[in-house]
Amino acid sequence: MARIDLDHIRHAYGGNRGPNAVYALKEVHHSFEDGGAYALLGPSGCGKTTLLNIISGLIHPSHGKLLFDGRDVTELSTQERNIAQVFQFPVIYDTMTVYDNLAFPLRNRGVPETDVDRRVRETLDMIGLADWAKRRARGLTADQKQKISLGRGLVRSDVNAILFDEPLTVIDPQMKWVLRSQLKQLHRQFGYTMIYVTHDQTEALTFAQTVVVMFDGEIVQIGTPAELFNKPKHTFVGYFIGSPGMNVLPARVSGKTATIGSQTIELPGGTGSSGAAKLELGIRPEFVRIGTTGMPASITKVEDIGRHKIVRANFEGQEIAAIVGEGENIPADAKIAFDPAGINLYADSWRIEIGA
Amino acid sequence: MLELKNVTKTVDGADHIRDVTLTLRHGSLNVLLGPTLSGKTSLMRLMAGLDRPTAGAIFFDGENVTGVPVQKRNVAMVYQQFINYPAMTVYENIASPLRVAGVAQAKIDAEVKRAAELLKLTPYLDRTPLNLSGGQQQRTALARAIVKNAKLVLLDEPLANLDYKLREELRAELPKIFAETGAIFVYATTEPHEALLLGGNTATLAEGRVTQFGPTIEVFRKPNDLITAMTFADPPLNTIVLPKRGSNFELDGGVNLPVPAGMAGIADDSYTIGFQPHHLSLTRKGSGAPIRAKVSTMEITGSESFVHLDFADARWVMLAHGIKSFEPDETVEVFLDPQHIMVFDSSGRSVAQAKVG
Repeated sequence: MARIDLDHIRHAYGGNRGPNAVYALKEVHHSFEDGGAYALLGPSGCGKTTLLNIISGLIHPSHGKLLFDGRDVTELSTQERNIAQVFQFPVIYDTMTVYDNLAFPLRNRGVPETDVDRRVRETLDMIGLADWAKRRARGLTADQKQKISLGRGLVRSDVNAILFDEPLTVIDPQMKWVLRSQLKQLHRQFGYTMIYVTHDQTEALTFAQTVVVMFDGEIVQIGTPAELFNKPKHTFVGYFIGSPGMNVLPARVSGKTATIGSQTIELPGGTGSSGAAKLELGIRPEFVRIGTTGMPASITKVEDIGRHKIVRANFEGQEIAAIVGEGENIPADAKIAFDPAGINLYADSWRIEIGA
Repeated sequence: MLELKNVTKTVDGADHIRDVTLTLRHGSLNVLLGPTLSGKTSLMRLMAGLDRPTAGAIFFDGENVTGVPVQKRNVAMVYQQFINYPAMTVYENIASPLRVAGVAQAKIDAEVKRAAELLKLTPYLDRTPLNLSGGQQQRTALARAIVKNAKLVLLDEPLANLDYKLREELRAELPKIFAETGAIFVYATTEPHEALLLGGNTATLAEGRVTQFGPTIEVFRKPNDLITAMTFADPPLNTIVLPKRGSNFELDGGVNLPVPAGMAGIADDSYTIGFQPHHLSLTRKGSGAPIRAKVSTMEITGSESFVHLDFADARWVMLAHGIKSFEPDETVEVFLDPQHIMVFDSSGRSVAQAKVG
């Protein structure tokens, strides 16, 4: 496995490098540590798949270099980069047996047949298809085929990295849990360098140690799930991660207080005047308390989704969401309060530190 | 009102739909929830008149429509794939069913504008679908279904190809849009979480059977049988088979789980206990005894931790608030509130249901 360095990578489709080029990927300068589990998370068109394809060699970047363990691989083909890839839709040989599908990448590289057999059997156990080894792939269900694809990605132990492009999209929710936790166990056991592209926050946060959030061709934040949840660097991260996303409310700030509409909120600390055009207070629904004391708000809707309720309310003329536990009551004349631990401030959409 | 009476569909000797009886009312949102190949699409095709049932009958507002083809029914469908006419503008895409029906231009214009407003497409009416995002393309398909003014609208995993956040947005709007039209809405999904967010009613499907039908939150909280409970669970339902003796279910290692009040009358036998991941906790709630389980994997979302646990032969998931930093193979003490367990007999039928709230 290898450390992967992205050295000032930029990419514009269509080979346009001129001043009017539209960059699908703006400047990306980042390192993926050897043995790390990373997720690239963002909406359609954010550049995450472009970045993955640059790492795999399917796309040659317009600018910048790609290094594996310090070696420049920018000009190398996918084959020469020695990586494994798992795509959104199953890529398998329908006429081959499940066993032979898994053996293929190994035999291709001249691995001795005894080692092939051992690796294939281990992988079959991992993906839960041991009983299907002799079946032809044709006629298997979509999720079984995708498991074979995953297996092919995992069968070689000598690759530099394993790249996943939305690998669980076609998998049913309950099977996702099983496969995700198997991927995690594999990562722990074998220390693969894994890069996993997804638009699904749950998949990204649960899979990766480090999540790279992308928006509009740029990395907006790199962090652990806890950092992305507690301290989103940009309001986009606040919105994109969390379900519902962070409440972002226009505010005026003076010393240790913030004012929203006619309400004044104590801040956990002071902040210097930033001179920003736009100041906002961000608070996740998990930190909005509903009770009998606090600020007035009128509840517009309560969605009972089983393990908790999502309360939608109007607060100072704005929509605000709160999460209330399964057994908790919502008083008739409800008031809201903000847990200071969950308050973030944003100047022109970027987070500013709140001091002591 | 759409009524399915003992509807069965057999294809090449295999039952795709087995003896389904279901009544759906006007103005209602009905979710068909089940995994791939459980029969959701087959059932919708029967409702639409695209397929004819092998046995049983279908009534619409009291009229027997079994065997009446889709063209002669007032049905609109939206699929997982975004299906629009690529050469037409968004306006013409939405207008197309009205043009086919020979509606006057002034009325077409009013209807298209109303639907576009509802689905936030007004700025894009002059564009062609391929110049739109996936979310806008699917909004166009939804708008076309709405102007058709169909009495039955069938949505087959309509958000499955959209980004997570777009899904969240559109999912919140859909029930409002449905409510305005007064049609019968049927919405197929593989995701329990989506069913809960949509609300309305849910029919759980397993191997071509409707295992339960009722208000969504009730089916979730009070499943009639084990297969319904398992279908309606994400993360997967935690289960364990335990013998009941007297007032306890006997867990391994001499730990007992008290039989909850209200279930005291059940016979001593072997039962499957089912419970949701958030009903397993690190702190004692109710009269539960500590259960010593081994951590296999941790998944942390930032706000919550999913702790995968091994206990005897069972693999469970515990959902804990905040960030828990357990190591794999670490032994932890967890508590299960007996008031929140579901108990199923050897045939999988619920003997009593989990406490609500």
